[in-house]
Amino acid sequence: MASPDLSPANSGPHSNTVLRTESLSVFYGDSQALSDITIAIPQNQITALIGPSGCGKSTLLRCFNRMNDLIAGLRIEGQIWFHEHDLMDSAVDVVAVRRRIGMVFQKPNPFPKSIYNNIAWGAKINGFLGDMDELVERCLRRAALWDEVKDKLDKSGEQLSGGQQQRLCIARTLAVEPEVILMDEPCSALDPISTAAVEDLMEDLKADYTIVIVTHNMQQARRVSDMTACLMLDANVSQGRRVGVVAEFSPTDKLFTNPTDPRTEAYITGRIG
Amino acid sequence: MSVKSLNKPANWSSADPHFRPNRRRRAIMDPLFRWVCFFATFLGVVFLGTVLGAVFLRVLYPAGAGAKSGIPLGERFSDACALLRRLVVNKPGIEASEVGYRVGLVGSAWLLLFVILIAVPVGVGAALYLEEYTGKSRWKTLVQTNIANLAGVPSIVYGLLGLTLFQRGLGFKSLALGPCVLAGSLTLSLLILPVIVIATQEALRAVPQSLRLAALALGATRWQMIRDHLLPTAAPGILTGTILGVSRAIGETAPLLMVGAAASLLKVTRGPLDRYTALPVEIFYNAKEPDESFSTVAAGGILLLLCLLLTMNFFAIWIRQRTSKRPGLAGSMRTKRGG
Repeated sequence: MASPDLSPANSGPHSNTVLRTESLSVFYGDSQALSDITIAIPQNQITALIGPSGCGKSTLLRCFNRMNDLIAGLRIEGQIWFHEHDLMDSAVDVVAVRRRIGMVFQKPNPFPKSIYNNIAWGAKINGFLGDMDELVERCLRRAALWDEVKDKLDKSGEQLSGGQQQRLCIARTLAVEPEVILMDEPCSALDPISTAAVEDLMEDLKADYTIVIVTHNMQQARRVSDMTACLMLDANVSQGRRVGVVAEFSPTDKLFTNPTDPRTEAYITGRIG
Repeated sequence: MSVKSLNKPANWSSADPHFRPNRRRRAIMDPLFRWVCFFATFLGVVFLGTVLGAVFLRVLYPAGAGAKSGIPLGERFSDACALLRRLVVNKPGIEASEVGYRVGLVGSAWLLLFVILIAVPVGVGAALYLEEYTGKSRWKTLVQTNIANLAGVPSIVYGLLGLTLFQRGLGFKSLALGPCVLAGSLTLSLLILPVIVIATQEALRAVPQSLRLAALALGATRWQMIRDHLLPTAAPGILTGTILGVSRAIGETAPLLMVGAAASLLKVTRGPLDRYTALPVEIFYNAKEPDESFSTVAAGGILLLLCLLLTMNFFAIWIRQRTSKRPGLAGSMRTKRGG
């Protein structure tokens, strides 16, 4: 069975849009988490997903690299497109998707291995053909971590500070040459200085990667992102349970200075949420 | 209530209209319970000490025809050492002063080898399937309950199962293994399979979920994730459980009596399809001998068996201690981290 080619060469007419959802709904068992989500993630930009707790930001993010497959009882309706490939197609190779669409988690989770092997492992299992030492150095430099760790590459990744660990996780993601990087509240476990370092890094990575970031911190969304999607819990659903919807999806400047949706305005000014 | 009244215990009851604690009862019950718990612990230690002491005395003061009294302790020790050496080297025979456990020791070694080869891959594989490949389902609950129940089945029942299934091949001549090492190993493997499955499951559950997610998000297959991250992290737990399970198998006598371990075998076992006997089985038959001098032989055998088992258990504890001190694994072994 031939799985669809996931290379960007086949990207077709929507070349500026990397990821796109169409009428996406997500259900955990009987309860609905997300309803009718339609957004398009632009290439080489940072898209922020903001909204109150429990509105489904992380659930939406995990749809993009099929991490939701790991959750039993989760059901997805609607379509998710990666370039022109339907990610929900049963013929899609999930492993290939996750290499093209990398992910950084809320809590830094380096492997309990050396710093070198933290980077090299992903490349190795994906059959990397080039010079591994060079790759490790390049990824660590790209993640602005090289100068801090170049003398202790054989030390455990778990011995680094929280902020360094998170940059190591980003470097690890870069090593498998993804096109998109999904970040699930990457700074929520970090101090302000480490947060600033990661934010600078994101700005720098934008040139080569498309970034989607979930954040609780509206200031952060405002600082780093080009586009912002504000998710809300919609109470006007017949089931009587609140379901996550996209209240507004627009350029960050506009969303924060001149929101069209009253709920967005209430949320960003701190009246709800 | 003022601070002043706290300093005057005598006045408490009169000062406080709502509480009247029974002070005398408290003063008795609290230490009493402590002593009850202490004796519960002490009892176990005393019994272990008694068993070990009795065995040592029996080896140091042989009973029966060869018994001599009035020898100094030093000489007794060298006698006992000579006895143990003889027990390891010699084969069984008619004279109590000549017999040894060589055939049983070799048989036990063969059993050990095949039990590890059979039970570890099957047990670890089953645990991996249950923990990593199945979600919550009724089928998993059913299997899980069955495994927990199997761990409590008496070993003689496994002996009967092994007799029917492996030695007699359910009545089919071509499937019957006969009374050989392989039949015994298969039976013992079944016996300790639940122990290994449960220990491995516990070890896998202690691996933080974030480690799995990290590996899968890089485009790893489940097998690559299991091979490079899950198994190395869970290895100490798996190894500890395996050693404890295997040491139980080595000490078992009842199931082996069912699957044709020989009472007395003169030929050392040379392969998986040879006839065999095991150390505990030989001890059992020696202890049954009417000739009193054989009881020293039995005691010596018990000493050998205890040394073997205590060494294995010591290794299991040592591995567990060592890993819980290692910085990289410490957190992940003790607690679940991440969501």
